[in-house]
Amino acid sequence: MTTITVDRARSNGTHPSPTPRLVELIGGPPPGAAAIEARGACAWFGDRLVLESVDLLMPAGQVTALIGPSGCGKSTFLRLLNRMHELVPGAALDGEVLLDGEDVYRHGRRAQEVRTRIGMVFQKPNPFPAMSIRDNVLSGLKLAQIKCHDKDGLVEQSLERAGLWKEVRDRLHQPGGALSGGQQQRLCIARSLAVHPNVLLMDEPCSALDPTSTRRIEETIGELRHQVTIVIVTHNMQQAQRVSDHCAFFLAEENEPGRVIEHATTTKMFSTPDDRRTLNYVEGRFG
Amino acid sequence: MDAETPVASPPRRPRVVVDEPARVDRVFDAVTFWSGFSVLVLLSIVGLFLLTSSGDSLGQTGLWTFLTRVEWRTDVQPARIGVLGLLVGTVVVAVIAVVLAVPVGVLAALFITDYSSARLRRVLIGLVDLLAAIPSLLFGVWGFVLLSNQMVPVSRWISDHFGWIPFLATEPNRDLTGSMFIAGVVVGIMVLPIITSVAREVFSQAPPGEKEAALALGSTRWGMIRTVVLPYGKGGIVGGTMLALGRALGETIAVALLLPQVPLVSKNILEYGGATVSGFIATHSGGDPFTVSGLMAAGLVLFIITLGTNMMASVVVSRSRSGVGVEL
Repeated sequence: MTTITVDRARSNGTHPSPTPRLVELIGGPPPGAAAIEARGACAWFGDRLVLESVDLLMPAGQVTALIGPSGCGKSTFLRLLNRMHELVPGAALDGEVLLDGEDVYRHGRRAQEVRTRIGMVFQKPNPFPAMSIRDNVLSGLKLAQIKCHDKDGLVEQSLERAGLWKEVRDRLHQPGGALSGGQQQRLCIARSLAVHPNVLLMDEPCSALDPTSTRRIEETIGELRHQVTIVIVTHNMQQAQRVSDHCAFFLAEENEPGRVIEHATTTKMFSTPDDRRTLNYVEGRFG
Repeated sequence: MDAETPVASPPRRPRVVVDEPARVDRVFDAVTFWSGFSVLVLLSIVGLFLLTSSGDSLGQTGLWTFLTRVEWRTDVQPARIGVLGLLVGTVVVAVIAVVLAVPVGVLAALFITDYSSARLRRVLIGLVDLLAAIPSLLFGVWGFVLLSNQMVPVSRWISDHFGWIPFLATEPNRDLTGSMFIAGVVVGIMVLPIITSVAREVFSQAPPGEKEAALALGSTRWGMIRTVVLPYGKGGIVGGTMLALGRALGETIAVALLLPQVPLVSKNILEYGGATVSGFIATHSGGDPFTVSGLMAAGLVLFIITLGTNMMASVVVSRSRSGVGVEL
């Protein structure tokens, strides 16, 4: 284990155990974190190639941060992983995305099954505003037709894992839209976690939040490590450094599609990257 | 606290702030005010006109008798006129129209907003608008010449299979053309674009973030629609239905052509017969002054009912914006 991991473990030392026993689901994803790997991933919007030949392994049970300036294809890449990209009219793609070694775009595989196994947290918190906090947490179960005999236990556990339980335990029946922005985002994390995904994608989850809520979510990410593979897009270099084990630097040169310039462990990326552009970016000289 | 003597300070009053609007704003303000006001004035004039010109017949018949009498006879002395027979027909035809048009309109709107491709969507929106632009006379002629006969087997089938429901029963050997059911079908087609447009407008405003949230949780498209789009659009569906009901209540030419326009309270909607307020007025407007006055009174009743329906519709539509209850 690197020193960074030790530091993180100390800062999040309140968490009782790294892998709590999860409430049983019937018909949900297989248990545990799963590795996810892109091979030669390309993405188009209409005729415009926005992402070219991305090869990237995001190891199981670890946090991978995607960094890079705006418009370099990080979010597109993220949406490629859980098949949300294809929902955009005119969107096209090439390459493979392997979840536990199996292509998510394999012919005959349902997007719904892929999305249940790969959860997603969006930039803007998007709980179902008029639905109660409890129903928000359970909404994924109903939508993906997963059964659970211990719903109360699942609600508590998911909110606990998202670091929201203590704040909302007495008002589970109030609407999700009444929470603060930071709480809404953690409710969205709880909602994603309730179906026990193998991978959790986070698209700039803290960009709309204040520093306190941001710290709370970073703690949550620290607590979830090992239980679920996390891929996070962030514009905040300190955040990438604090939460991630691996880092991938995306860059789109002028009139070129986005590419991965470099990927390595976070320690290496922020101290001795191979590419000059990576160093310039992580040190804040551009972007 | 109590020990301290509070320093007496004058109570704070908000400062009066007056903005001097620019000339162009003052002019525009006045123009828009009077434009809006003129709508109210026109509405009042129409109401007043109907009220004064129906005075004769209402005075002679009495308001309550007029509202509760079924028959309409001006060939006897004194004339026996009442609006109930017309009103029942009006409401029955409008309700049939709305009941048939709402499911089709809502599903069509869902197809347009959430299932069709962008190109098909543009074409369909244009077609729905085109449907709204067809003159109602053409619908009436089409219904009278073609649909009325074509619908006879349908009416027969409904009567054979659902005749145990009282109002769907028919007597043997009765004429099944020119029925309130057929009029309802034609009026339903006429109000379909209203429901479709209003529902489409509201569905297309369903929050994209929540739609993506549902899909990213592994939902089917139908699950997403059920969780996000339909609850969000509930108010729009109800509002569009009420608007369509208002239009269906006032529909004239098509029903004037399709129905025999003989006032009666019939419980067999599949059989020949029936009249509506507007259709009856259209077919009898050339009568003597007393008849015209009676028609005006019937028009007044329709005016009030339609106004009420539309006002309820606008209240429901405006309320639907602020996030209605969602249940899974």
